[in-house]
Amino acid sequence: MLQTPLNNELVERVRAKFGPALVEATEDRKQAILTVECARLAEIALYFRDEEKFDLLSDLTAVDWPKREKRFDVVLNLYSFAKNERLRVKARAGDGEEVPSLHGVWPTANWLEREAFDMFGIVFAGHPDLRRILLPDEWKGYPLRKDYDIIEQDTAWVKENLGIESGQ
Amino acid sequence: MGERKPGDRERAITSVAKTSITDSGEKQHTLLGADELILNMGPQHPSTHGVLRVKLKLDGERVIGSECMIGYLHRGVEKIAEHRTYQQFAPYVDRMDYVAAVSNGLGYCEAIEKLLLVEAPVRARVIRTILTELQRIASHLLWLGTHALDIGALTPLFYCFREREEILKIFEKYCGARLTTHAFRIGGLQYEAYDTLEKDVERFCKNFESRIVEYEDLLTQNRIWLGRTKGVGILTSAEAIAFGATGPVLRASGVKWDIRKAMPYAAYDQYKFEIPVGTAGDTYDRYLVRMEEMRQSRLICLQAIENIPSGPILAKVGKVLKPPPGEVYHSIEAPKGELGYYVVSDGTVQPYRVRIRPPSFVNLQSFDRMVRGHLVADVVAIIGTLDIVLGEVDR
Repeated sequence: MLQTPLNNELVERVRAKFGPALVEATEDRKQAILTVECARLAEIALYFRDEEKFDLLSDLTAVDWPKREKRFDVVLNLYSFAKNERLRVKARAGDGEEVPSLHGVWPTANWLEREAFDMFGIVFAGHPDLRRILLPDEWKGYPLRKDYDIIEQDTAWVKENLGIESGQ
Repeated sequence: MGERKPGDRERAITSVAKTSITDSGEKQHTLLGADELILNMGPQHPSTHGVLRVKLKLDGERVIGSECMIGYLHRGVEKIAEHRTYQQFAPYVDRMDYVAAVSNGLGYCEAIEKLLLVEAPVRARVIRTILTELQRIASHLLWLGTHALDIGALTPLFYCFREREEILKIFEKYCGARLTTHAFRIGGLQYEAYDTLEKDVERFCKNFESRIVEYEDLLTQNRIWLGRTKGVGILTSAEAIAFGATGPVLRASGVKWDIRKAMPYAAYDQYKFEIPVGTAGDTYDRYLVRMEEMRQSRLICLQAIENIPSGPILAKVGKVLKPPPGEVYHSIEAPKGELGYYVVSDGTVQPYRVRIRPPSFVNLQSFDRMVRGHLVADVVAIIGTLDIVLGEVDR
């Protein structure tokens, strides 16, 4: 197994501060991954930014695991200039479950959360402007969900808007 | 310029503003102040470098708010990735930042190599470094030419394209393609370096030294250039970090951070180079940073061709790639900033999820902050200085 439990000083500090809100700490291919409780994500993110100096939110995205009870992983990739270290923070969220917006912690989360909403339909509570960003506003469905069929959507759109059979 | 009656331009702007208000039908736009209007720019505007649409809220000629509308080039590459094998997806990444395809390919191949727990042979890594640095120069040249053209300096474009052509010729000789090169393979390289690669690169680098001086002669002390770029689009270092800006945009704001130094990949740890940083965080500093980066890239190329180690060019990865389940995040310093790949494997031949962290998309987010308070003419300069490629913004 490439995934091993992680136990370093950072994990101990987070565990001491947040207790059970730290669900899991693992290491995969030498990259640290902390899974935290979704409801306390904003608070924990603030701690990572201010106390642990992970000041750059490199990326915010999601992964869909439809068979799991809470199907989405919201994934943050953080970077610390001071430590020259990366950290991945994950929060599991169910379909329709609200994830606290990190817009107030890292302003860059604004567009990244909009993209996650656009592609997965994850609702970020407290986001100032949660609209689709890459797809048109009238788009139906969330393309990066695993149960979203590319061809089906395409043929339906062509039929409805162009009135012809799709060549796909 | 044809004959113009006074007030023509104002009428043109006002009529555009009115239609855009009625077309969109959104309530907020009817709440404009007496002197305010909405101006729609793009998606077909030449200075937006693709299909970026910007809605500007203006008070006279001053911008008081903006909104970027993106997605016109969205092709769903992340979804496509889930339906292709690891090797099949590699050429798709070239189509994101299509003026720096080599860099995109490098990031993807290295991410998959990390996922597979293999490492490319030394020879492959050195050749990758050479080509990627040439690509950085090519990308910056395209930026310089078009950015200067947007601001009104026509000449640099021709000079920049002359040198860029030399680089594209090297790519063509190496792998047959000029733009969407697909130059690298997972595990190393598919093609051995052609016989005169070192000589070609050396000749280019020799000429290029004086060529940069030519560009600088045209622009660096040019009064119009200074007037159009100094103090325009200022981003402080704290703002740059908060907005997630990376690459030259971050460095021009005074943050000395370059992934090539911070977390070296390919063969960057073997070469000496400097990270240029700015102080003011304005358009002029971003210009200076990119100019210096081209010089540094040239130095890296010269160091690399001096000693290209011999040996194999492709690690043993097999024809069918089945990375062990797990995930990896790998990022490189692309010409535009941090280009990251977050890849999740479920142990099959197709990736479970590929997330591409595009530098252009994230950098564009600071546009609103940079443009506020400036004139409409400066909008063009600020779009140019961000160096975005819409293929990468929209993916």
